[in-house]
Amino acid sequence: MTAKISLSGVHKSFGPKKVLQGIDLEVAQGESMVVIGGSGSGKSVLLKCILGLMRPDSGSIKIDGEETVRLKDGSRDRIMRKFGMLFQGGALFDSLRVWENVAFGPIQSDGMAVDQAHEIAIAKLGAVGLGPEIGELFPSELSGGMQKRVALARAIAREPEIIFFDEPTTGLDPIMADVINDLIVKCVSDLGATAVSITHDMASARKIGHRIGMLYQGRLIWQGRTSEIDRSGDPHVDQFIHGRAEGPIQMQVRSL
Amino acid sequence: MSVPLITLLGRMTLAFLESVGAVTTFAGQAVRCALQPPWYRQQIGRQIMEIGYYSLPVVGLTAIFTGMVLALQSYTGFARFSAESAIPNVVVVSLTRELGPVLAGLMVAGRVGAAMAAEIGTMRVTEQIDALTTLSTNPFKYLVVPRLVAGIVTLPILVLVADIIGVLGGFLVGVYKLDFNDAAYLRNTIDFLQFQDVFSGLVKAAVFGFLITLMGCYHGYTSRGGAQGVGMATTNAVVSASILILTFNYFITEAFFAR
Repeated sequence: MTAKISLSGVHKSFGPKKVLQGIDLEVAQGESMVVIGGSGSGKSVLLKCILGLMRPDSGSIKIDGEETVRLKDGSRDRIMRKFGMLFQGGALFDSLRVWENVAFGPIQSDGMAVDQAHEIAIAKLGAVGLGPEIGELFPSELSGGMQKRVALARAIAREPEIIFFDEPTTGLDPIMADVINDLIVKCVSDLGATAVSITHDMASARKIGHRIGMLYQGRLIWQGRTSEIDRSGDPHVDQFIHGRAEGPIQMQVRSL
Repeated sequence: MSVPLITLLGRMTLAFLESVGAVTTFAGQAVRCALQPPWYRQQIGRQIMEIGYYSLPVVGLTAIFTGMVLALQSYTGFARFSAESAIPNVVVVSLTRELGPVLAGLMVAGRVGAAMAAEIGTMRVTEQIDALTTLSTNPFKYLVVPRLVAGIVTLPILVLVADIIGVLGGFLVGVYKLDFNDAAYLRNTIDFLQFQDVFSGLVKAAVFGFLITLMGCYHGYTSRGGAQGVGMATTNAVVSASILILTFNYFITEAFFAR
């Protein structure tokens, strides 16, 4: 069986700065993969490369066995149709009402009738625990946690095959973070979707991931099942999951 | 450390050429997207309202005072050699050929170009543009094309309105301050007006509409780095649009009227 997502030898540099230095990653159908790593380790760039928002300098990215790196616009749209993405800041369209945000994909891209899309939007908002009255508000009128939930509803509105989560719990209090984690687990399993998340929140990683990979200096230095992460035997991983300042990973800060 | 002048000059030239190339590529991509469906009619309508309808007060005020001051100034000049009867003609030709399109263009650049750069720039830094892409909506088609189309369509209409209001301003000063006969003033205005005077102004307006919205979209779309980046995009959009308007104004005038 071919993997749902398959990366091999993905490189990406910005000028002299090498951000990704040969990423090999396979994610199976229905699996939830979490990539952890510190700030600036290239997590976001990795996600954007898979999504097609950035083009890697070299290497191959296959979705359902189909090479996507050099795709033209039309085929790119076809691949994009399989994707849903939850952005770190929500990235809700602030000029549109909440339900219009959720219904945006169905209406604008799939040409669905507005009434039908409105129903879907209300249903998806319900799935993330928001009532229909929230749909009439504008994103700026919502709290951070509610915005995240709306963004999640928008990401699942077209029932994508693959969902990406960019730091889903960043900026939320621990309780709301756990609510979002629960919702992510539920939505992914309800849809039977494949999920790729990036985060530096270990509680979140343990909860939503079947497998975890650690990104460090542009390479995936460790990957394995979530249950195995405490026995990784890798000092970098140990340092990261326990959040120690001392260890092989040196943050580039000047000493006080 | 001081950089030698010649190095600085070279760097500036390279940076300038680079941005000309980037803008041209951006415009090319926008035109390519404009020629293929889907077209977001609702977005075009919204932008026409935004650029056209809501700019009417600003453009109208600019036009009426410009017309008034034109009449007054040309009177003080022309009265010295008893050529007062040429005033209606001077007012209408200056307005339709030059001041209508240029002043309306500059006002709209300040009002709309800035707002566009700020809106699209904020969408860029909050990842809303990436979100559009992940929802299978081409951001060029959804954000840039409707604005360009609205700019090209709306500015000529705005300028036509400005021409009429400007002539009215001149008429008011002419009749109520300079004691012209009202019928004679209007006849002088219309008799000497040529089709080309108005037409060249409208062509300019369409070009300016394209330039203003292109600069607003380009600087917003390429902005980066949070609030400061968006602020810079806004400034750059207005400054570059204004300079381009004045530059293109000369060359379009030359194309129409130089013999």
